Order: sequence, then structure tokens, then C-alpha cells
Amino acid sequence: MQKNHLIELLTQKDNRKKKSKIPARLDFLQSATGAVLVLFIMFHLLFESSILLGKDAMYALTKAFELDFVFKGGEPLFIAFLAFGVFVVFILHALLAMRKFPSSYREYSAYRLHSQMIQHEDTSLWFIQITTGFMMFFLGSIHLYTMMTQPDKIGPFASADRIYSDTMWPMYLLLLVSVVLHASVGLYRLIIKWGWGERQKSKWMIKAATIFYLGIGLVSLGAYMKIGYEHRGEYGKRYTVEANR
Amino acid sequence: MHRVYEDGGREIVLTIFRHNPNDEDSIPHFQDYPIIERPGMTLYIALTQIYTSMDHDVSFDFVCRAGICGSCAMVVNGKPRLACRTLTSEFSEGKITLLPLPTFQHIKDLSVDTGTFMNAMTKRVEGWIVNNSPQDISTIEKPIDPELSDEIFELDRCIECGICLASCATKVMRPNFVGAVGLNRVARFSLDPHDSRSDEEFYELIGDDEGIFGCMSFMGCQDHCPKHLPLQKQIAYMRNKMVKVC
Ligand code: HEM
Ligand code: SF4
Ligand code: FES
Repeated sequence: MQKNHLIELLTQKDNRKKKSKIPARLDFLQSATGAVLVLFIMFHLLFESSILLGKDAMYALTKAFELDFVFKGGEPLFIAFLAFGVFVVFILHALLAMRKFPSSYREYSAYRLHSQMIQHEDTSLWFIQITTGFMMFFLGSIHLYTMMTQPDKIGPFASADRIYSDTMWPMYLLLLVSVVLHASVGLYRLIIKWGWGERQKSKWMIKAATIFYLGIGLVSLGAYMKIGYEHRGEYGKRYTVEANR
Repeated sequence: MHRVYEDGGREIVLTIFRHNPNDEDSIPHFQDYPIIERPGMTLYIALTQIYTSMDHDVSFDFVCRAGICGSCAMVVNGKPRLACRTLTSEFSEGKITLLPLPTFQHIKDLSVDTGTFMNAMTKRVEGWIVNNSPQDISTIEKPIDPELSDEIFELDRCIECGICLASCATKVMRPNFVGAVGLNRVARFSLDPHDSRSDEEFYELIGDDEGIFGCMSFMGCQDHCPKHLPLQKQIAYMRNKMVKVC
């Protein structure tokens, strides 16, 4: 054990009697990883709802992510790389944000009772943030693991089969609701926390965005369900543009 | 249900939390006090009336009864507020429940000790001007830009009532959190050109999870501060500064 570390253990300061700078970095990183995830999810949900423009549109977009304009036929490995990158940020964010969870029944009940007493919107919003955050430990991991290990199974039929025939839709439904609510509350909190914008206006805009993203998310999940249902007899068969003509 | 009297007074009920933590036999409970509301009645007037004509044992604190001293903060129907600045007519149901401020040492009934915390907080954030450069008192002090001094005086309007702490879910969960009152104090001195402390020095005072990084942006402070101080802005200002230190 280094002597300097022992000094910090005993005095909470370093050998120059200075406070650790780590808490500042952790706070910054918690926000930075949250912001990256919010940006990511905003685009992700838009891309994923390309199914609403038709199977061809979704297929073309999938292939574009597989860089089919460089590699003929596309290379799904790029999606796996992307998913891995998101997974790293996701784990880092969860690790950092975990510090803020209520860490005992005393803390939890103090928060709940206070929140019920004071009936204050921004205080109540945190409950959404910690419950959805907790749910995503599991839901987000399932989804990202699937994308890393089966990046080739993305497409109008493959995704619909996964959602309908593999009964992944309850997981996706919960994940959709959690991620949209969590990202919305999180983005609002970022704006207040760092003083990026006017509070009421931001809240209003974020509420509108929440409804929009929940809307397109739910409708496209419905669209995948419908395709999956119609395609259940040919489970596993892949989509091709020609066959759909 | 509420009788209205000829002179316009309606009957209201104050439900008061009663407990004396220093008396082993005292059981925490709520007690109802029906009184007749008078025009312009504040909770200060109502409580004084209860004390003088109904129950000489209820404890509560008032000094200035004008929103200046900060001693009368209590929880009024769930919201931490200054009792002397709260009109009973705001509550159309005529039912008002009063609790002592959470997060502070409870003395008795509605009375809490905010002083011990505020004193410790001041020492903890070194809430005073620090300037070690030699001062020549025979010359006129350097002038401050009037806009900046307005901004500083604005933050000086804090009356240390403790409402920001009692409204803060972080403080309720983590009692060592310094709270908006402390962070606002640091922001005040960090703005002041008379104070020579650098951001690094302020970091030593609030750069941890019980200081600036403990705030989870619940905004209870901002939304309940009776002096309407720009607490969100000050906390964000200090947070940006403290993150840049490293
Ligand atoms: C396992 C997954 C996740 C967990 C456990 C988690 C947990 C949390 C918790 C507990 C907070 C509150 C921190 C605080 O009050 O200071 C938080 C904040 C936040 N989360 Fe998450 N989260 C997860 C995933 C995500 C995802 C996928 C996104 C974006 C789509 C996201 C975006 C944010 C943002 C922007 C914040 C605000 C950051 C801040 O205040 O510094 N989180 N997260
Ligand atoms: S900042 Fe506002 S709420 Fe907090 S102690 Fe000062 S006056 Fe009271
Ligand atoms: S009695 Fe002084 S603020 Fe209410």
C-alpha cells in the first residue's frame, strides 16, 4: 500500500493536505456519460422507427449501418462494435450514477416520506429516474448483449421475429418506457444542474419530446409486432428487397 | 361545515404537531385547534392567539414577524414556509397542518434549532471575507462595479431560515449535505472581489459529495426559498467552477 493512499485514508486529504479531485471528475463523468446516452437514444429511436416508413426504409438503414456502401452486402460487425461502445458508456454511467441511489432503507424511506409530504414535481421526478435506472441495469444489458452477439439478425423480418416469435416484446416495451422516461428526466436534470437553459421552458420542451418519443416508440413496436405476427409461419427467413416487390 | 360569523370570520382548524423529545413521557401526536379567522390573519397571529387563549404549552418561534429574521420557518400543509408571511386565508379548506422543520434538531412542537447548523455551516464553508493581502485603511477602498455589488447583495439577502434544507431531498437522505444555504454563501464570496480566495481554495471547502457534488438538483430549495434567491443559478455556477478546478 502506498503511503500517500494511507494518508488519504486517515485524513481524507492527500499528502499536501488537499482534497481529492476525484469527486469532481466523477460528477462530470456522470453527466457526460448521461448526455452521450441521451444523444444516442434520441437518434436510435428515430432510426428504429424507420419501420414506419416501410420495410425497405428500415432495411436500407440497417444496411447503411453495416456500411454496405463500403463493403458489399454490409458488415454486421460494425453494429456489434457500435453496441459495444454504447455498452461501455452505459456501464460507466450506471457505475457512476449508482453512487446516488438511496443506499439503505433509512435513506429510501426518508426520500419517499419527504417527497409525499412536500408534493414537489422535481422531487418526485427523481423516483422515476431511480426506478427506470434500476430497471435498465437488466433490460439495457439484455438488449445490448443481443446486439453485440447477434448483430446480423437486424432487419424488417429478423427484428420482427425477435420481437414477436421470440417473445421479446414485453422486454422491449418496458425498456422503451424506461429509457424514454429516464433520458427525459436526466436531460432536464442536466440542464438545471449545469445551468444550460431556462427551467420552465426546458421542462415544457422535454415533456413534448417525451410524448413524441414514447409515441413513435410504441407505434413502431406495434408495427414490428404486426410484421412478426404475419411472418410467424416463416420464422427466421430473411428480408430481401427483391422478394418484397 | 365551517361556520361563518357575522363579522366575516370563518372557523379554521390548525392541526399542530406536538412532541417534546426531551420529555420521556411525551408521545408525538397531532392536536387540533379550532379558531376564528380574522381578516389579514397570518399564522403568526393565529399561533399567538392559540398560545394566549387556548394552550400555553405550545412551542413555536417568532422574532421579527416580518420575514426578516428567519426564525418562524415551519412546514405548512406539507410545504416549508415562513409562518409570519403566510396568510390563513390562502387555505380555502380552512385546514392547516403545521410541522416543525425537518432536518434540524427538534426542540419542542414547532420549535427547532437552526442556529447550531447555521453556525457550523458558516465555519465549514468559511463564510466570511478572506483576504490576506495587506490592507491600507487610510486609503479609500477599491470601488466595485455596481451591477456586481447588486448581485452580491442579492445573495446576501439569505435569512438563514433553513427552508432550503427542509425542502431538499438530498439533505433529508444525507444529513451531512451542506445544502443550498451553504453553497449560496460560497457563491456570494466567490463573486466578491474583496475576497481573494481562488477556486482551488473554495474547492477545499465544498469539493466533495457532501458539498457541491452532493446536490442532485431536486430544486426544492429554489422553489421554496422565501427570499426567492436564485439558488439553482448559484449552485450551477459553483458546480461549473469546481469541476474546472481539476
Ligand atoms: C443501467 C442503466 C442506468 C442506470 C442504473 C442509471 C441510473 C441513473 C441514476 C440513478 C441517475 C440519477 C443520478 C443523480 O440523481 O444524480 C441517472 C442520471 C442520468 N441518467 Fe441514467 N442510468 C442508466 C442508464 C441511462 C441511459 C440509457 C440514459 C440515456 C438514455 C441515461 C441518462 C441519464 C442522464 C442524462 C442522467 C443525469 C445525469 C446527471 O445528473 O449528472 N441513463 N442515471
Ligand atoms: S437560501 Fe433561502 S431558504 Fe435557504 S436559508 Fe437562505 S433564505 Fe432561507
Ligand atoms: S418571525 Fe422573523 S421571519 Fe418570521
